Amino acid sequence: MAVTEAPRIVTARIDQPDSHTLERALATGAYQALRKALAMTPEAVAAEVDAASLLGRGGAGFPAGRKWAMLRSSPVTYLVVNGDESEPATFKDHLLVERDPHQLIEGVLIAAYALQVSRAFIFLRGEFALGLERVQAALNEAYGYGAVGADIFGSGFSVDIVVHPGAGAYICGEETALLESLEGKRGFPRIKPPFFPAAIGLYGEPTVVNNVETMSNLPWIVTHGGAAFAALGEGRSTGTRLFALAGHVRNPGVYELEMAKTTFADLIHAPVLGGGVRHGRELKAFIPGGVSAPWFGPDQVDLPLGQDEVGAAGSMLGSGSVVVMDDHTCAVRASWRITKFFSRESCGQCTPCREGSGWLERIMERIETGRGRSEDLDLLLDACDNIAPGLTWPPQQTTICVLGPSIPSSIHSAIVMFRDEFLTHVKEGGCPYG
Amino acid sequence: MSGHLNPDVLDRARQLISLYPEPRSALVPLCHLAQEQDGWLRPEAMAEIAELVGVTPAEVQGTASFYDMLHLEPVGTYLVSICTNIACMLDGGLELLEHAEEHLGVGVGGTTEDGMITLEEAECLADCDRAPCVQVNHRYVGSQTAESFDALIEDLRAGRRSDEIPSHGTLIRVRRDGGLRADPEQVARERAAMAEAKARRAADQGGGS
Repeated sequence: MAVTEAPRIVTARIDQPDSHTLERALATGAYQALRKALAMTPEAVAAEVDAASLLGRGGAGFPAGRKWAMLRSSPVTYLVVNGDESEPATFKDHLLVERDPHQLIEGVLIAAYALQVSRAFIFLRGEFALGLERVQAALNEAYGYGAVGADIFGSGFSVDIVVHPGAGAYICGEETALLESLEGKRGFPRIKPPFFPAAIGLYGEPTVVNNVETMSNLPWIVTHGGAAFAALGEGRSTGTRLFALAGHVRNPGVYELEMAKTTFADLIHAPVLGGGVRHGRELKAFIPGGVSAPWFGPDQVDLPLGQDEVGAAGSMLGSGSVVVMDDHTCAVRASWRITKFFSRESCGQCTPCREGSGWLERIMERIETGRGRSEDLDLLLDACDNIAPGLTWPPQQTTICVLGPSIPSSIHSAIVMFRDEFLTHVKEGGCPYG
Repeated sequence: MSGHLNPDVLDRARQLISLYPEPRSALVPLCHLAQEQDGWLRPEAMAEIAELVGVTPAEVQGTASFYDMLHLEPVGTYLVSICTNIACMLDGGLELLEHAEEHLGVGVGGTTEDGMITLEEAECLADCDRAPCVQVNHRYVGSQTAESFDALIEDLRAGRRSDEIPSHGTLIRVRRDGGLRADPEQVARERAAMAEAKARRAADQGGGS
């Protein structure tokens, strides 16, 4: 496998100077897809997205077309865009909101028309100060251009878009927590059922929540047709996808690749992509889909970047983030830091997550800092088992949302793959990596 | 408890509220706005926000305290956030944070004596190809070494970055250039329909018990 000749779908414009401005966007075809969509019926637009078999690009990978089809009919419905990108080492939406806000807005408008919603909200994490300014400026331009607001391009269709800033909370990336936050409350995930906001969402009304990258694909899908999108990729993993590569590689960055046609080895080592592990070191392990995902070792680098392939191998493609760790990395330290993150970001509603994350973090810390005990490994796994019984993949859930069951991933992976390192920490009373 | 927010901020607050089907949705944006005025969330500001969106001051405080970016205590002119999450940790984030503590003479969460810098250990800020990632007042300043960090602090203190980095609290300098445009009566219809739907659901639930 290698890098394919697939077109760049969501990053076509980003290398151009001033790619965030209306002038540049219009010069490169922006809002033509919206015009085309408005000349179609809403059902026909939705059918193209369904035909594209576009899997949601937020993390769960649920087909966008199916999510749309579940939208309950109601006098008031909403579209909410999830731009709370907070999964550690995920930085693809950051690129899209800063560098191509018009593509995002056009995607939102296409979805709004297909769904016939009365209002759309773009929720961006508060730490995206520049992104918030870019999207607001682009939205102002789009209103002035007649692409948003009343009677868009004389089509009779009207919709307003509101840019909404978050205020710093990882959990708001969970869609029901995001809706609570958008209602002006703490970002507490809602109890399921109802499993989908499409039935009961924002203010209790039917709501579709889609990720920034998912929305950004829509202009291309409308322009070229769902079939052309579905022709790219492999199996259920259609189209292209953004992969955020970080850690010990020569060229960290965001790469748009055809789904399932490229392998992790290509992403990490190809000269035009990651460029290999830095400083001539060896690959120790990598995290394939955000820190909620179980880790992979060097023997799994030949897996393709496809949702089902990674799922079958016991992890997930998740948020499209790949973190590379070289052979000088301390596995205990890495999984401790990830655990500390979950402990900080647990919303506190459910006991297994709230208490478990804190316990795990403290045990991990004492091992890393040389105060660990040999029985700590069993204690860690036991506490992990209390949060996600059986430590299976996908995990069993004892909590309202999936944050809790995500906590054991890094600890369990690190113990299974690098048990000796834990024991060395305990025996030597400190971290062998210094 | 009105009168704390200055007239311009109050005007913008009312515009923000008008964008949402329910006023409470503007709670977080209004907290950002209050921080723009005061640099942090004063109790008087929270009380006025409560009045504006129709909740109690305790509900504003209880909501605000959930979010890392809303500060219930004063912070410095510049909030310096250093990420130490996985990608940044692999690239020296923890070491940079340690250096920052020494250089500034404050621990995480502390503010320098001159009131200029508050240091924060951040979770992932989504800029992982420029690790270790640093933000000042939520604006990316690129990855930093110990030396470049010291120079950055010097620049901040001398006011040399104030054009690109406004003082803490000012999050979005681009204002929406108008209210809702779709249909002036749509909002009213929407709210009526929602009230009706809510009443219907309440009646359904009542009938089932």
